[in-house]
Amino acid sequence: MKTTQILIAGFGGQGILFAGKFLAYKGLLEDLQVSWLPSYGPEMRGGTANCNVILSDDPVGSPIVTNPDVLIAMNLPSLQKYVNDVVPGGQIYVDSTLIAEKVQRTDVEVYYIPATQMANDAGVPTLANMVMMGHVLQHNPELSFNGTDVTVQKLVPAKKAALVELNMKALEAGRDYEG
Amino acid sequence: MAERVLMKGNEAIAEAAIRSGCRHYFGYPITPQTEVAAYMAKRMPKIDGVFLQAESEIASINMVYGAAAAGMRVMTSSSSPGISLMGEGLSYIAGSDVPAFVVNVQRGGPGLGGIQPSQSDYFQATRGGGHGDYHMIVLAPASVQEMASLTVKGFNLADKYSMIAMILADGTIGQMMEPISFEDVEIEHYDKPWALTGTQCQRRHNIVNSLYLQPDVLEKKNFERYEKYRAVEENEALHESYMMDDAEVCVVAFGIASRVAKNAVVAARAEGIKAGLIRPITLWPFPKKALSEAADQVKSFLSVELSMGQMVEDIQLATGCRRPVSLCNRVGGMIPSPDQVLASIRKAAKGEN
Repeated sequence: MKTTQILIAGFGGQGILFAGKFLAYKGLLEDLQVSWLPSYGPEMRGGTANCNVILSDDPVGSPIVTNPDVLIAMNLPSLQKYVNDVVPGGQIYVDSTLIAEKVQRTDVEVYYIPATQMANDAGVPTLANMVMMGHVLQHNPELSFNGTDVTVQKLVPAKKAALVELNMKALEAGRDYEG
Repeated sequence: MAERVLMKGNEAIAEAAIRSGCRHYFGYPITPQTEVAAYMAKRMPKIDGVFLQAESEIASINMVYGAAAAGMRVMTSSSSPGISLMGEGLSYIAGSDVPAFVVNVQRGGPGLGGIQPSQSDYFQATRGGGHGDYHMIVLAPASVQEMASLTVKGFNLADKYSMIAMILADGTIGQMMEPISFEDVEIEHYDKPWALTGTQCQRRHNIVNSLYLQPDVLEKKNFERYEKYRAVEENEALHESYMMDDAEVCVVAFGIASRVAKNAVVAARAEGIKAGLIRPITLWPFPKKALSEAADQVKSFLSVELSMGQMVEDIQLATGCRRPVSLCNRVGGMIPSPDQVLASIRKAAKGEN
C-alpha cells in the first residue's frame, strides 16, 4: 500500500493545473487511484496557483494535501510557503531559473532544474511545467516514463495535436537533465 | 466496465444529468459551480436540448418550474447565494408537487461570503429553504463518481415522488477531478398525468398551481404532501457505515468532511481507538435508523462539518440525545485537517467534549 501526495505550486499561467492533470492521468493509466484538486480562489485570478494530486494503491480519502511527499515549486513564494510542509524523506523540485534560493532542509531530497531556461532553449518557452514533470517521472519509478505519450494525447485536444510533440520534447528534456 | 476518465465533480453532474434524459437546463453562473453550466452550454445544443443562461437565479428557477410543469426532466445549478435567491421558486415548485432537480455547490456564507467550500446550507436544504411546510430530497455526494450516480438517482427520485431532489455538494467535490466511469444509466419512468402537454381537445386541461385560497383545501394538500414525505423517509434514507462493527466513537460526516474524517478514523484505529464513521448520503431524509442503532452501541458521537454544527441537532434528534454529540468544524471556506479530526476523536474517546 503506497500513497503519494503531490503539491504543485507557482504563478497562474505557468501551467500548474495542467501539470497536475498530467500526473493524475499518468496515475490513472498506471491503474492507480487518483485525485486532483485545484486552487480556485482569488489567488488564482492573477496570483499564485496550486494543485493537489494524490496517487494511491487504495481509494483516496481526503483529496487535500497538507503534508506533501513531493513538492514542485515553480516560483519563490510557493517554495517559501510550502517547504516546511514536506514530509521528512520527501522530494522537492525547484525551478532554479526562477528560484535562486536553496532549500536549507537536510531531511529531504532536493532537485534543482533550470526548467524555464531549458524550455526556452528547447523552443517551447511555455512548457517549463512539463520539463519539471519529466524530471519528476525520472525520480518516481512507480510512474515511469513509459506511456507518457499516451498520457499527453489524452490531455491535448484533437485539434491541437501538434502540441503533443512539443509537450513530449519538454518532458524528454526534463527526463534527460542531470543536475 | 466503461472506460475510466478524469472529470471534475461539476462536469460529472452535467454529464450524468444528460444521460438521465435531462434536456432542459436553466441557470446563472456562480463560482464554484460554473462548470455545470459551461458543460451544458457546450453539450445541450448538440443533442437538441435547451441551455439557457437566464438573467438571474430567480428567472432560472421559474423557468425550471415551467419546464417541470410540462413534465420535462429539468434542472438548475447554483451556489449558496444563488440558491437563496431561488427560495421562492423552490417553494412554488414544492407547493405544486412537480419534480425538479437542483444542484447547490456550496460556498462560505452568510451573505456573499466567499467562494471556498462550505456545508453551511445544511439547514436551508434539509428544512426546505423557502417558505411553507415542505421538504426536498437532499443528496450529499462525497466523490466525483457519486456526483454522477446521485444525479441519476436524484432525477429518478424527483419523478417518483413528484418533488424536488437537490444535490448538496461543496466547492471541493465540485472542483476536484477523480476517475469516473459511466455505467449504463437506468432511467425510471413514471407517469405524469398532471403535466401540461396540450389537451389535443381530448381531455380536460390540467392546472399546475400552488395557490389554494380555501384553508381547508390547502390544509388537505399539506396533509397529503406529508403522507408522501413519510413514504420518502421510510424508503429512501441512505448512508455508508465504515468500521462501525465494534466502534465506540461514531464520527458522522458527509461530503468532503467525510473524506477527511475517513483518514482520521483510520489514524485513530492505528492508535487503538475504536472509531467508526457513519456517512449520511441522504441528508433529508436523514438516516435516523442507522444513527439510532449506533447509539445503542457507541459511547459518543462526533459531527465533522464545514458549518457551525448544523447537523449536530439531527444527530441528537435521531439518537434521542442518548449519547453526547461533540463537534469538529471549520467554516468560511476552511476545511478541517485529518489531524484536527483525530484530536477530536481522541477527546471523544476519553469522554471529553
